[in-house]
Amino acid sequence: MIWNPNKECMSRDEMSALQGKRLHKIVEYVYHNVPFYRNKLQELDIRPDDIQTIEDIHKLPFTTKKDLRDNYPFGLQAAPQSEIIRVHASSGTTGNPTIVGYTRKDIGVWSECMARCLTAYGVTRNDIFSVAYGYGLFTGGLGAHYGVEHLGASVIPAGTGNTEKHLKLIRDLGITGIACTPSYALYLAETMEKLGIRKEDIKLRVGAFGAEPWTESMRKEIEERLGLKGYNIYGLSEVMGPSVSYECQMQHGSHINEDHFYPEIINPTTLEPLPAGQTGELVFTTLTKEGMPVLRYRTRDLCSLMPGTCDCGRTNVRMGRIEGRSDDMLIIRGINVFPSQVESVVLSMPEFAPRYMLIVDRVNNLDTLQVQVEIRQEYFTGVFDTPAAIDALEKKLAAKLKSVLSIAAKVQLKAPNTIERSQGKSAHVIDKRKL
Amino acid sequence: MTIHQLSIFIENRSGTLIKVLDALKEANIQIIASTIADTADYGIYRLICSEPMRACDELKRAGVAVALSEVFVIAIDNEPGRAADAVKAFSQADIDITYMYSFLNENRGLLIFRTNDNERAQQIITANNMQIISEEALQSLV
Amino acid sequence: MDNTETLRQPHSSLTGGAGGGSSYFNPSFETMSREQIEALQLERLQKTVRHCMNNEFYRKKFAEAGITPDDIKTLADVRKLPFTTKQDLRDTYPFGMACVPLRDCVRLHSSSGTTGNPTVILHTQKDLDEWANQVARNLWMVGLRPDDVFQNSSGYGMFTGGLGFQYGAEKLGMLTVPAAAGNSLRQIKFIKDFGTTAIHAVPSYVTRLYEVMKEEGVDPRRDTKLKVLCIGAEPHSEEQRRRIEEMMGVKAYNSFGMSEMCGPGVGFECPEQNGMHFWEDYYIVEIVDPETLEPVPDGEIGELVLTTLCREAMPLLRYRTRDLTRVLGRSCPCGRNHIRLDRMRGRSDDMMVLRGVNIFPIQIEKILMQFPELASNYLITLTTDEENDNMTVEVELAQPTDDFKQLLDLEHEIRRRLKDEILLTPIVKLVAKGSLPVSEGKAVRVVDKRKVYQ
Repeated sequence: MIWNPNKECMSRDEMSALQGKRLHKIVEYVYHNVPFYRNKLQELDIRPDDIQTIEDIHKLPFTTKKDLRDNYPFGLQAAPQSEIIRVHASSGTTGNPTIVGYTRKDIGVWSECMARCLTAYGVTRNDIFSVAYGYGLFTGGLGAHYGVEHLGASVIPAGTGNTEKHLKLIRDLGITGIACTPSYALYLAETMEKLGIRKEDIKLRVGAFGAEPWTESMRKEIEERLGLKGYNIYGLSEVMGPSVSYECQMQHGSHINEDHFYPEIINPTTLEPLPAGQTGELVFTTLTKEGMPVLRYRTRDLCSLMPGTCDCGRTNVRMGRIEGRSDDMLIIRGINVFPSQVESVVLSMPEFAPRYMLIVDRVNNLDTLQVQVEIRQEYFTGVFDTPAAIDALEKKLAAKLKSVLSIAAKVQLKAPNTIERSQGKSAHVIDKRKL
Repeated sequence: MTIHQLSIFIENRSGTLIKVLDALKEANIQIIASTIADTADYGIYRLICSEPMRACDELKRAGVAVALSEVFVIAIDNEPGRAADAVKAFSQADIDITYMYSFLNENRGLLIFRTNDNERAQQIITANNMQIISEEALQSLV
Repeated sequence: MDNTETLRQPHSSLTGGAGGGSSYFNPSFETMSREQIEALQLERLQKTVRHCMNNEFYRKKFAEAGITPDDIKTLADVRKLPFTTKQDLRDTYPFGMACVPLRDCVRLHSSSGTTGNPTVILHTQKDLDEWANQVARNLWMVGLRPDDVFQNSSGYGMFTGGLGFQYGAEKLGMLTVPAAAGNSLRQIKFIKDFGTTAIHAVPSYVTRLYEVMKEEGVDPRRDTKLKVLCIGAEPHSEEQRRRIEEMMGVKAYNSFGMSEMCGPGVGFECPEQNGMHFWEDYYIVEIVDPETLEPVPDGEIGELVLTTLCREAMPLLRYRTRDLTRVLGRSCPCGRNHIRLDRMRGRSDDMMVLRGVNIFPIQIEKILMQFPELASNYLITLTTDEENDNMTVEVELAQPTDDFKQLLDLEHEIRRRLKDEILLTPIVKLVAKGSLPVSEGKAVRVVDKRKVYQ
């Protein structure tokens, strides 16, 4: 089934024409509403009327996460506050998160894109669909939730955690679909086996898995253990949230909703566009967004594009699996984490030396993050002669880390000069997960 | 009248205690009493030693997270019930003992403890005629 | 299906909420006279009762009671209807109370059960729209408009406080921040950075936020744009409300909701702060003696019983909420004649409400008894520490041990399993065998020392 054949099965010429028309409009829109973009375009001597076809996109400047950070919180917002009805936040590279505002129409477009994904997975309004992404500022929960409701299936806002109760509902309510991270799907399978629930006892048949990288062998394992078909879902809050692209029944590349999000692949060093099929950095331009449109946003995700009509009938360009990152971002339990965020916290507390280490692991299919920091010798004074005092310091650091990272980290305090001086950025991270 | 105790942060992994003890040995410092308060990830090694100020400097030089804290040492008779008497006196005055350890020296027991209110603890010690041990007296043990 | 061809015009005029310039969000419903309210209630009750006949459970109950929908001729006839209880919801788990086909349902919420089945509440799209309208009506009533920034610091997911306020605030047209519960440092950062003007949270969390603000040197009066707090989902006294208002320097309005009815939005205070208006175009409110089930006179405390008037997926007839309250009046200087009820004064069962979460002692017992390391004696103590409501679970160890790491691990595991069950993290204290009071007769398992229900 195809939710919106008019937009998912257009001919290339029609799509390019639509994209060109929308690109012109969005450039005009940000030129008049966002001083940041106006200044950038004026510096390059570009007027909105210079952008008429989708090919003209190469004239436009790139936008980066740093631009979002520099304009925190609402500097890149194009619609007035009274028109914005929701904000989501994702990880910034330092203390400030990245803030994205949505108008009522943006939420509608998002729900439409989500409904396209779910339909491609074979979900209909007769399904009972559980959303087991985190709810709140993270786009995963509410994004998938509104899409399921828009489609007309019954949504179970399960959220994360409380796995045993969730499994009980999956079995008792005959839940047929689930959205979660692939590692959580494996954790579910493991908990099921622990509780003696067999895959024959449940009716799950569709899984929408995303928010973290996964492999073909993980897909096979999840499909085998839960007895369902697992589909990739891709998105990022700067562009919208989940549903920027989605797999179809072919499970061969993820279709991009390119009438709303225009993709390019560039060489991350030279920033030159790469021909179709070559792996490079994925760049998106939002073509219809009102709240916070982005022009040529550098996602830092490395992948390739697969043009051509898919066997499912969709003509929307597909993207391959994410093959890596062009920066040092980590994805832990579906949440993006930058080592520089940890650094900003450590530097803000005089008790600690500016040395730290992130140790990421996967235990029973759940990601764990440990942050080691060194106590500064001069701050280790008589007040610290009880475990309670040290615990309090650990808790203070843990709370600050959580406020910046959005996920809990286990803090381990180290004696002075026990963490090796780092050489370069990656030396701050030990990732023991095997993917 | 408090004395100086060294409080050392040590991680729960092999070799960390040796590092501290080796540094003390190098500096020719003698340990009089010690105890470790342990948690899952780390311990606080508390010790009373000869020349605590110099010991502290030497340990810092060796890169050890060490702090000086002030504790009381009192002597009690070597017979059952005397420790209970002493602790009861503080408890009745509503003074918390944060931690305590002890050792036997010749014919008396020595209680080392930290309180949440040193000023009032001192008053209780005086009022109850407890025998307080000075830093000098303690040093003479080595 | 896809209406994205036109971008919002630059500097378009403000559309405003359904209420426009009025002080009411739904003026025609909010300002009805008593006669109009009661006429509407009768019409909707008759419709609801007929709708319930789609469902086997209600058909059986009506047959047992010897009544048919035609017996409901006046509003007072509501008393002929059988009561519905939480036990009924459990017995018909999961979908036995549905009055529409499952394919017409778009949402399901589930609240934690005691030991057996959780309760399942279904919603159609229209149910969700009506729910959002109730919440938007409440928020509009306390002065919030589309230009406001609404930070929802309530738990999301299955807990209705999150999605309920999210949809309502979005319907009103406010910038809605789904901050969710916890992470106080980030909450405060957002309050400052986004210019948040309204917060919804459980009262104990507001006081927690204030404490962290103090630690961080943030003065809510000086450093924030807050003007309204919405508090609810947790029992609290008038004194506690006044203290919260004093701390934060803004008005705090009491909200009542329960997932069986929809969630938050059922009752809300108006700016008069003289009790909560329960929306009688959506519910029939009765106060009964929990023993005799007979109605009690206005002003006397009894159990709140609610009948839904607009729900499609799962209407509930005379649902016993177990909450104790009383009627304060049926008119108000604000111009709304919808019944005013006092804040909740207690429960007629052993359920505890902590930080908005409903907990039965048996849930905790069930978890504790899964640990062979533990003896069977335990004590749950609810306290208000520094204005925070906390739960401490003390439990006796079966065997003494001095292995500190093992004790820590055990404590950690108990905490984790309890959190999985009751959705919040209690303080767990392992104590030596024989150190908890042994009670004669029925064991006292819960000591509630909180400053509520006063």
